[in-house]
Amino acid sequence: MNIFVQMWRSLFRTGVTDSPVHRVFRVVVNFILHLHPARVSKDGIKITYTFCLGGLSVLFFIMTALTGGLLMIYYTPDVDKAYANMLDLENVIPFGMFLRNLHRFAAHAMVISVSLHMLRVFLTASYKSPREFNWVIGTGLLLMTFLLSFTGYLLPWDQLSYWAVTVGTTMAENSPIVGAKGPFSVLGPEEDMRFILLGGTSIDQPTLIRFYFAHCIGLPGALVGLMAMHFWRVRKAGGISRPL
Amino acid sequence: MLKPTTNDIPETMVSRRRVLGGALFWASCGIVVVILGVIGGGVLRFLYPRALYEASKIFKVGRPESYKVGSVNLVTGRGVWIVREQEGFYAILAKCTHLGCQPIWYEDQQVFKCPCHGSRFHKDGVNFAGPAPRPLDRLYLSLASDGHLEVDKGKDVGLDYKLKV
Repeated sequence: MNIFVQMWRSLFRTGVTDSPVHRVFRVVVNFILHLHPARVSKDGIKITYTFCLGGLSVLFFIMTALTGGLLMIYYTPDVDKAYANMLDLENVIPFGMFLRNLHRFAAHAMVISVSLHMLRVFLTASYKSPREFNWVIGTGLLLMTFLLSFTGYLLPWDQLSYWAVTVGTTMAENSPIVGAKGPFSVLGPEEDMRFILLGGTSIDQPTLIRFYFAHCIGLPGALVGLMAMHFWRVRKAGGISRPL
Repeated sequence: MLKPTTNDIPETMVSRRRVLGGALFWASCGIVVVILGVIGGGVLRFLYPRALYEASKIFKVGRPESYKVGSVNLVTGRGVWIVREQEGFYAILAKCTHLGCQPIWYEDQQVFKCPCHGSRFHKDGVNFAGPAPRPLDRLYLSLASDGHLEVDKGKDVGLDYKLKV
């Protein structure tokens, strides 16, 4: 047997017979094709209905994840090094500025596309049965997107980062119940949500390392988990939303 | 006629198998909830360290003579102003009561301005413009036994407090 034929068959395990059954079978046994639905309704590909906003959000997330992974090579979450690392990325490392800006603008684009996606789902009433719970998962995804932006804001460790996170964590301190100074507060200043975020009572090394963990591991992990559920439910609800 | 069949059991009666099965199911659920609770509680507790490596809330800021009458002096790295008036000293926490940024003292205008959202405070810390809801915190200031001024950032003493030396 020709070696190339063997290689081809190891990749695509079915023959070339073209029939509807074989098309479905090919999709089922192939991982890449399996990510796409076996069948798409004609209305489902009408761009002006969904504007591809969900897909764009995924695209921007993949862009931030890939560029962010590369930025991690040069970044140290240390208060004495973080700012210098950021300047090195801007000025010393080839394509460093490009990657950093790509990460930043993809993140901005993700916030915008996720918000517009939510607006589209609302305006087309796509949150209705059987997609009600997927709207709930979607609000979780929106929250994760905002938290990723917030935690990433601190990492350059410049004045903007410092005071932005000062403002954000003071808001946490003034939140109801979980904040030490908010309404119905039950927790002290060394027990509340601000303390958990800061890892202390002021923004310092423990804060930077906590935000770094949340930004690189905790929140992306939660986001990917929620995304898996979100897409699964879209598929189970009969594919992407379309005019009825 | 010797053995009863399932038809002989009235529908209101519950079989032993079902009781035991149900009990086992709910007991298993309980165990899972307990294990998850213990793990979750452990992770939550993990976020609160037993010791904090932070600067002490009580610190000395030099001798009273080193401050001029009428001056506002920022203690760098401590986030505190030492103000000396004719009647005495007081210490103000350099933290805006709106959302926690550090205001800046403008000597020529005799006013504290917060760069984040534009709150303004008089020299005594009383807010008069912007979103700040209340005056800046005034901290406990005392004269230590070695003749140095000592600030306690943990104690808010109110606007009437002044230290006479």
